[in-house]
Amino acid sequence: MTQVIAQAPRAESFEPDQNSPKSNWREYFSFSLDHKVIGIQYLVTTFFFYLIGGALASVIRAELATPDSDLVAPELYNGLFTIHGTVMIFLWIVPAVTGGFGNYLIPLMIGARDMAFPKLNAIAFWMIPPAGVLLISSFFYGPSSTGWTAYPPLSILTDQHVGQAVWIASIIILGTSSILGAVNFLVTILAMRMPGMGMFDMPLFCWSMLSTSGLVLIATPVLAGAMILLGFDLLAGTAFFNPTGGGNPVVYQHLFWFYSHPAVYVMILPVFGIISEILPVHSRKPIFGYKAIAYSSIIICVLGLVVWAHHMFTSGTPNWLRIFFMIATLLVAVPTGIKVFSWLATLWGGKLRLESPLLFAMGFISMFVVGGLSGVMLGSVPVDIHLHDTYFIVAHFHYVLFGGSVFGIYAGIYHWFPKMTGKMLNEFWGKVHFFLTFVGFNLCFLPMHLLGLQGMPRRVSQYDPQFASINVICTIGAFLLAISTFPFLFNAIFSWIKGEKATDNPWNGLTLEWTTSSPPIVENWHGDPVLTTGPYDYGMEYAHEADLLAEPSA
Amino acid sequence: MQSAITDSNQNLVITEAAHGHQDHPDLRVFGLIIFLCSEGMLFLGLFAAYLTFRAVSTEWPPAGTPELEVMLPAVNTVILLSSSFVIHQADHAIKKDDIKAVRWWFLLTFIMGATFLAGQVYEYQHLEFGLTSNLFASTFYVLTGFHGFHVFVGLTLIAIMGIKSFQEGAFLGGKHYGIEAASIYWHFVDIIWVVLFLMLYIL
Repeated sequence: MTQVIAQAPRAESFEPDQNSPKSNWREYFSFSLDHKVIGIQYLVTTFFFYLIGGALASVIRAELATPDSDLVAPELYNGLFTIHGTVMIFLWIVPAVTGGFGNYLIPLMIGARDMAFPKLNAIAFWMIPPAGVLLISSFFYGPSSTGWTAYPPLSILTDQHVGQAVWIASIIILGTSSILGAVNFLVTILAMRMPGMGMFDMPLFCWSMLSTSGLVLIATPVLAGAMILLGFDLLAGTAFFNPTGGGNPVVYQHLFWFYSHPAVYVMILPVFGIISEILPVHSRKPIFGYKAIAYSSIIICVLGLVVWAHHMFTSGTPNWLRIFFMIATLLVAVPTGIKVFSWLATLWGGKLRLESPLLFAMGFISMFVVGGLSGVMLGSVPVDIHLHDTYFIVAHFHYVLFGGSVFGIYAGIYHWFPKMTGKMLNEFWGKVHFFLTFVGFNLCFLPMHLLGLQGMPRRVSQYDPQFASINVICTIGAFLLAISTFPFLFNAIFSWIKGEKATDNPWNGLTLEWTTSSPPIVENWHGDPVLTTGPYDYGMEYAHEADLLAEPSA
Repeated sequence: MQSAITDSNQNLVITEAAHGHQDHPDLRVFGLIIFLCSEGMLFLGLFAAYLTFRAVSTEWPPAGTPELEVMLPAVNTVILLSSSFVIHQADHAIKKDDIKAVRWWFLLTFIMGATFLAGQVYEYQHLEFGLTSNLFASTFYVLTGFHGFHVFVGLTLIAIMGIKSFQEGAFLGGKHYGIEAASIYWHFVDIIWVVLFLMLYIL
C-alpha cells in the first residue's frame, strides 16, 4: 500500500477551532451546500420516513395477529403494505445508505473539502422530501395497492388511478435524485482524492460506494423507462403491458427487476462498506483481505446486473433462461462469502470492544448470513417454484434488508455519531436498543420461514387459521421491534442536545475523518489533511518505516 | 482561507465557487459524461422493451399498420448528423478564443436542429396512426417523442449558450464549459437518433 509520507504531526490538523460553526439547527432546514449538512439532512429525513414505514408495519402486523380481516379493510391493507415497502426501500434504506453515509463520509475519507458538485448534491437531497410527502399523501385519495412491484395488469386496471399515478411520479423523482447522487459520488471518488491517495489507499467504504454508484447509474434509468411506459398505459390508454391490447406484462417485469434486483445491492453494498470500517476500529486489527473485499464489491456489482430474472422463475420464463439466472444468482454467494469470511478473520483474535457499534456490526453479520443462505435457497429454481410468493420470501428479504441494511445503518450511526454531532451516544441505552432490536427482529421474522414453508401466501390480510399461533409470535416480535426504536430515538435526541462531549477521535480510528474536529469544520480541515498511515494499520507500529523499505501489497 | 492554493491553480479552471473556494480542476465535463451514460441506459431500456415486443409478437408491425414513409426521416437524419459536425466546429473555435465563429456555428446548429424537430412534427401530422392505435404505434410515438424531447432540450441549451456568449468574458479559450456541454449533449442526441432510426425505419 503506497503511503504519503508526511512528517507533519497529526496533531496539527485538529487544533481547537474558532471558526467552527456553532451548531445552528436552522442550517439543517436550509439549502446548504456543505456535504456534512446534506448527509445529516439525508439521515434525519430518511429516519423520519423509517418511523412512518414502521408505523405502517405495526398496523400490518396487528391486522395479521388474527386470521380474519378485522382491523382494517382488505383494500386499505393492500395500500398499507404497498406504501410500507415503497417507503422502506426508496425513502429509507436507499437514500440513508447512499445519500446519508455516502455524503457525510466520502469527502472526509478521501481528504476532499466537499463533493465534486455541491449544488447538484443539495438539489438531489431536496427532491426527497416532496417525493416522500407526495407518496404518503396518497392515503387521502386511495394509495397504490399493488405491492411495491406495481406489476401490470394489476397496476393499470386498478380503480386507484390517482394513487398509482402519484406512486409512479414519486418513484421517478426519487430515481432522478438517486442518479444525480451517483454521478456526484463517482466523480468525487475517482477525481477528488487527496494528492497521493491511490485507489488502494482508500477506505473500503469508498470502494463500496464506487460500486453502488455504478449500479445506480446503470440500473435506475431502466426503472425510469419502465415507469414512463407504465404511466402511459395508466393515463394515456396505450397498451405496452396490457395483454388485451397486444402488450406484454412480462416485459415490465424484466425492466422492473433490471433495476430492482441491483437495488438490493444498492441497499446492502454501502452497508458492507460501513461494516468493513467498523470491524477493524473496534477489534483493533487490520482488515483481513483489503483487496479481496474491494474487488468483491466490484464483482457483486457486475453479477448483480445479470441475475434479475430470478424474481421471475414463475412468470413463464423459459427453462434455459431460468438455468442461466439460477447459476448467476448462486455465483453471487462467492464474493459475498469472501466478504463475510474476511470480516470474521478480522474479528478473529482481535481485542474486541463490545460496545454498540460492534454489537450492531456483529448482529449484522449473523443476520445477513441467515438472509444470504435463504437467498441461495430461493435462487435455486425448484425451491423457488415451491416458495414463490409465500412468507418465506418475506422472511428472506427482511433478514437481508432489516437484519442486514438496518442493523448496518444503526452500527454506522453509533460509530459516527460522535463525529457527526460532537457528542457521545449513551452506551447503556445503546445496548438496550441492540438487545431489544435483536430479539424483536428474530422473534418477528424467524417464524416466517416456517409459515412460508407451510404455504402461507404473502400480501393477504386473511389467512388459514392453522397459521394463527405462529403469526401471533411474529406480531409480538414486531411490536417489540417497534418499541426498540424508542430507546434509540430518545438516546439520539438527548445525546445530541446535552450528551457527553466527544473527542476528535473517540474510537482511535485511523481513517481521515478522525483527524479533524468533531463535528468537522466547514471545508473539513484547517490546512491540508495528511496521510500518515493506511486506513487499517492497527497495531503496526513500524508500518511507516516498513513502507520506506518495500512496497508491500495491500 | 487557502489563498496559496487558489494562486497556484490559476492556470487551472476553477469552478464557480459554490461555497468558499474549490481547489480542484473543473470536473463538470466528466460529470456530464457520466450522467449521459445514465441517460443512455434510459434509452437502452426503452430500446430493449421495443425489441422484446417485436421479438415475441407473431407479426411486426401488427397487421393493418400503415407503411412508414422513409424519405422524410432519412433527410432528417442527414440534417441531424451533419449538425453534429457543425457544432464540433464551434468547439474548435472557442479553443482559439473566437467567440464570433462560435455564435455562427451555434446558430447554424440551432437552425438544423429546429428543422429536424419541424420535420418530425410534420411527420406526426401526416401519419395514419395515433398513439393508441396498436403496440407498434405506441412504441413509435413514445420512442421518437422522447428523443424529440431531448432534441428540444439540446436546442434550449444551444440557445442559452448562444445568448450567454454576448456577456463579456462568459466564455474564454480556457473557460468554456457551457459550450462544451451543449456540444457533448448534442452529439449524444445524435447517436441516440441513429440507433432509433435504424430500429424503427430500416430493420
